[in-house]
Amino acid sequence: MDNFWTTLLYAFLSMFVIFNYGMLLGGVVYKIIARVHGRFGPPVWQPYVNLLKVMGVRTAISHGIMFWLGPVFRFAGGIGLFLFMPVVFGSVWMQNFSFSGDLLLVIYFIFFGQLGMALGAAESGHPYSPMGIMRGLAQVTVSEVPFALAVIALAAQHGTLSITEIVAAQQGGIGNWNMMTNPVATLAGMMAFLGMMMHAPFNLHLAPQEIPVGPPTEYHSNFLGYMQANRAFFASAKLILFMNLFFGGATNIPVLVGKTFTLYMFAVFVGVVNPRFTLENSIRWFIRIPTATGIIAVLIYTFKN
Amino acid sequence: MTEADNEENKIIKPDFSDPELFCTALPKEVPRMNNIIQKFYDWAQANSLWLLAFGTGCGSIEMRPLYTARYDISRFGIAPRPTPRQSNLFIISGYVSVKTLKRIIRSYEQMQNPKFVIGLGSCTINGGMYWDSYNTINRLDHYIPVDVYVAGCMPRPEALIAGFDELKKRIKEGRGEGANEYAKNFAWYKANQKKIIKDWDMPDYNW
Repeated sequence: MDNFWTTLLYAFLSMFVIFNYGMLLGGVVYKIIARVHGRFGPPVWQPYVNLLKVMGVRTAISHGIMFWLGPVFRFAGGIGLFLFMPVVFGSVWMQNFSFSGDLLLVIYFIFFGQLGMALGAAESGHPYSPMGIMRGLAQVTVSEVPFALAVIALAAQHGTLSITEIVAAQQGGIGNWNMMTNPVATLAGMMAFLGMMMHAPFNLHLAPQEIPVGPPTEYHSNFLGYMQANRAFFASAKLILFMNLFFGGATNIPVLVGKTFTLYMFAVFVGVVNPRFTLENSIRWFIRIPTATGIIAVLIYTFKN
Repeated sequence: MTEADNEENKIIKPDFSDPELFCTALPKEVPRMNNIIQKFYDWAQANSLWLLAFGTGCGSIEMRPLYTARYDISRFGIAPRPTPRQSNLFIISGYVSVKTLKRIIRSYEQMQNPKFVIGLGSCTINGGMYWDSYNTINRLDHYIPVDVYVAGCMPRPEALIAGFDELKKRIKEGRGEGANEYAKNFAWYKANQKKIIKDWDMPDYNW
């Protein structure tokens, strides 16, 4: 890792892989949701066509500098989250910059994009945007509570905040995964995961049926293209984060794909069979069972040490 | 009207000359690139139509079944979008009253170039059963450029899907240039619109 250019090349390579993985994952999820509805659904490559379409729009209107910077911040948040995590444990080129950032930085990046987006969307002046932002930020904040507690429990268990070390400690079979060694924290983390993946019952802020599409109401053409590209990065980066934290990480790409796909399907299947929570219900749900589970997970390690 | 009434109106009405609130610039034509990239973009436009889910008349009842399992337009890459900014296809579903025309113009102008319009039902072609009504327009393409008309009263969802196919063909052939046509003949369209809308209390051009 001493050669800067090699590291940079590897980072771009892994970004390329994960972008395409995220886009295809999105297409497959459209298809699965459609099949549950009894429809055929769009082809799996539809996200690529949509991205090309918005990139090919000939005019764009900016409402100011922050409006312009919103998608950039969002994109930076997605890439930042991805680049500071080991994607494939032990692989040279899918290691990213995981040596220079820890779990706290990664958690910060989850929030960073949302805040940038909030500032940008608010400048558009559309009344639906701040409403969507208010709901979205409340949703993200409340799902961060059990997630942060689960992370504290993991940090206490392993005595470190480095994701690479946490993954290293889980190697050597399913019995070493945090899912087995720390089931209470995993439970809290997975409940937080539902709130972070933007599927029902926790997608009120993005639902077209509620207020038109929430924060991105005014975003179009290239701005929207950035946000669509970011969605591919962000979704797969979050999946990789949860896989690293609770399910032993991945030592090769097939394992990575298998684990992250299964993880995503958990959120998707919960989403397609459940109706949507209102914001109040969602906040109440998160501060009850998931937060209580998280507190128990932390307490276990408080008394153990 | 007294002086006090005037003062009151000033407070209630937004200031249309405020450049912060409204766009004063006229729409501009953006010419097509005559190369393979444009063809590629045309293909993407045709295969990813986002329609503005804004029902303007009774015909919108025929649009709802399109999203269901029976007709499922998502197969063709067509999806409803709730905001004009992101959509590129506007379906005018049925008769257009003077009141609705105002909203149609505002929504249409907020859509970005390239944008496409489908006129659904006989009412958009010649007024249909409302042709001599006091408050509906007769020919939609006098007010905004229309790409495809789907005739019938009401046309079934199958007819609408055939209309989508026709529109896709047009876009791929490079003939879906309604937005440029609107910019080119802007004065003519505006004159027609103002002939119908007597209380023109909106900016001349919306973003």
